[in-house]
Amino acid sequence: MSEPTESSVRAEVRAWLEANWNPEYGLVEWRTKLIDSGWGAPHYPKQWHGRGLPVHFNAIVEEEFARIGAVGVAKAGIRTLAAATILDHGTDLHKEKFLRRILTGEDTWCQLFSEPGSGSDMAGAVTRADRKGNKWVINGQKVWTTSAHKAHWGLLLARANWDVPKHKGLAYFVLDMKQPGVQVHPLKQMNGHASFNQVFFTDAMVEPEMMVCDVGDGWKVATTTLMHERRGADGLRSWATASSRKGRIYQEERAEIASTMEPYKWYPQRAGRVDLVMERARATGKLADPVVRQEIAKLLIMSKAAEWTARRARAAQEQGKPQGPEGSLGKLVSSHVARQAARVHTYLSGADALLSGEDSPLGGVIAEILVSVPATSIAGGTDEIQRNIISERVLKMPKEPSVDTDKPFKDVPRNVAATSS
Amino acid sequence: MRFSFTPEQEEFRSSLRRALEARSPAKEVRRLMATEAGFERESWQKLNRELGLTAIHIPEAYGGGGFGQADLAIVLEEMGRGLLCAPFLSTVLASAAILNAGSEEQKRALLPALAAGERTATLAVSEADGRNDADGVTTTATQSGAAWRLEGTKSFVLDGHTADLIVVLARRPGSRGEDGLSFFVVEGDAPGLERRRLKTMDETRKLARLAFASVEAKLLGDAGKAAAALARTMQQAAILLANEMVGGAERLREDALAYAKMRMQFGRSIASFQTTKNKAADMLVDVELAKSAAYYAAAALDEGDAELPALASLAKACAAEACLQTAIHAVQMHGGIGFTWDNDTHLWFKRAKSSEILFGDANQHRELMMQHWKH
Repeated sequence: MSEPTESSVRAEVRAWLEANWNPEYGLVEWRTKLIDSGWGAPHYPKQWHGRGLPVHFNAIVEEEFARIGAVGVAKAGIRTLAAATILDHGTDLHKEKFLRRILTGEDTWCQLFSEPGSGSDMAGAVTRADRKGNKWVINGQKVWTTSAHKAHWGLLLARANWDVPKHKGLAYFVLDMKQPGVQVHPLKQMNGHASFNQVFFTDAMVEPEMMVCDVGDGWKVATTTLMHERRGADGLRSWATASSRKGRIYQEERAEIASTMEPYKWYPQRAGRVDLVMERARATGKLADPVVRQEIAKLLIMSKAAEWTARRARAAQEQGKPQGPEGSLGKLVSSHVARQAARVHTYLSGADALLSGEDSPLGGVIAEILVSVPATSIAGGTDEIQRNIISERVLKMPKEPSVDTDKPFKDVPRNVAATSS
Repeated sequence: MRFSFTPEQEEFRSSLRRALEARSPAKEVRRLMATEAGFERESWQKLNRELGLTAIHIPEAYGGGGFGQADLAIVLEEMGRGLLCAPFLSTVLASAAILNAGSEEQKRALLPALAAGERTATLAVSEADGRNDADGVTTTATQSGAAWRLEGTKSFVLDGHTADLIVVLARRPGSRGEDGLSFFVVEGDAPGLERRRLKTMDETRKLARLAFASVEAKLLGDAGKAAAALARTMQQAAILLANEMVGGAERLREDALAYAKMRMQFGRSIASFQTTKNKAADMLVDVELAKSAAYYAAAALDEGDAELPALASLAKACAAEACLQTAIHAVQMHGGIGFTWDNDTHLWFKRAKSSEILFGDANQHRELMMQHWKH
């Protein structure tokens, strides 16, 4: 067989879609067909619902889907991180059991990593996994768990060995969320939304075959999941836009998107809504204020320079050049932009910035910006952690001397009262 | 819009960097900055001939290399890094003004000598108040027969005390604002021209005050119509200086980082303290963002971007803040030694401070940017 080319891939997927696409299918019915054809995830291996194509062909396949409005496999949410992790580290049993229902969208997933006592220091997790008879028994608490209340399965990082240093005693499990030992409570944020959950385990059970890799390799597996999260290439939070086309399948897809994206509805406000600034400055008359103009200019400079820095990083990547420093700064810069945007929105709103909800400008959007921006510099790696990553990996500066990496975890000082009220 | 340099540009940059490292070590910078001229004609001419630096942006028809503004910006960035003591920016800005305002015949007559480096030149726009716009111009030009005569005083003129040729902005007596402005060329040794070198905080960048008492001058282009050429020349000046600044900022950042890695206190390298690492990370962010803005604006010059006025000011304001902040951090990371004359940090610190102000500070450029912002 000849090597696939852009045009051969395009011709093949187009022919398949023309022969099979019908918007009157049910969502799962269509995706099942799609997964069987391998066109739902063409970069997956052939034996696991894909076609084994290099990942860069995905763009062509997506173009062909978009051209006729065909619906793809389920792509948003934590399920994509689960799929990526299982493909990298899972057993055939895991792949058999989980991949198909991830792609059809029938199963949703959550990530059980952060704990009240270990945020930035994620490898300091203290949720226990104890082997009792032929089960693993889980006790402890996780936090910041998006969509845990809906999830069928959880990716769990737990400590199975306390006598070795912290990175070496962790195990990684796939946990059935629908069992009596798992309790999920929403976690209300300072902006009033509850996009995340606290998850409590009281003698929750995991079958031994649901462990991914061996005890001691949990941190390595978690790193894979986190890498996929940071890369964001899996469309984790891509703002899926529901099609307004007519047909049964679109109706079902709209409902799925609404449900998956619900926790993320305030994320544009979290980033500061730079797009609203000039319009607001004109509407409020503050565009004439020289001090405010300076602050707007500072924001626009930062935001444009951030955008161009990202474009430089992408251009270097496309040319196959080694990643320069410009590729590691985006997360930290987005915090600066968001903070300056919140400052500017405050100046523009004046006394109205005292108000909330429907009394606040733009039906509450401005108020939501002001109380959502603080999340930007914390979520997904705090600014402090980002600076450590930049200084250690890009600038090759030495790590701080470590006090916990070489001693048994049971001897490491840690938070005593880790539970929140 | 391009977001990367071509392999040819990368190659040009590295050969230029090697040349400047060899010709302009800090010791040489210190020697030249202490001279009255601020540079040595012979060695500068030699370097310029070898690398074709003042010719880069000048079209081939006028004896130039016919390259783009992005290529010129690379030279500025490397000069900022190497802190070369030479009348480069001054000559380049004079040739830019001639290209923007001069007639075909004038370009053919004036530019080849500047491109070849046989003559140096400068641009005299600012006066005693340091403004760089039309409203600040009070120097007058009066026609008597075929000749024009200039009356007034220009200040903050780059290399004004040594330039062979001076491009001067003046106005018709009684005109105001953008009306009645013209560019003129004046010989450096013209009768009635009194040149005085100003004592500068940044000794590597020489500035002069030029007093014109009925000095004979040649008109560039059409009389009274220089407003557009002035605007474009000042946008180029802002963009070129922004690129020079990011070169200097990167040098400061790298030197401070190297020092921190080497400096031991409390039994460990100070680069292992988070407070130092945080600062180093912030410096990298500042410099990389400013680079992106400077590169983007230089590319916009080549592409004739309609938003050029806003982009030029954006790049200058961004670089001014980033470069100065980097310089402040660099001194701090060096600690006590960073405040000494013997340590080289102050040379780049002073250049950062000088560039922050030259052709308009960050406040002015942010305001200009807002005036031109189209969204």
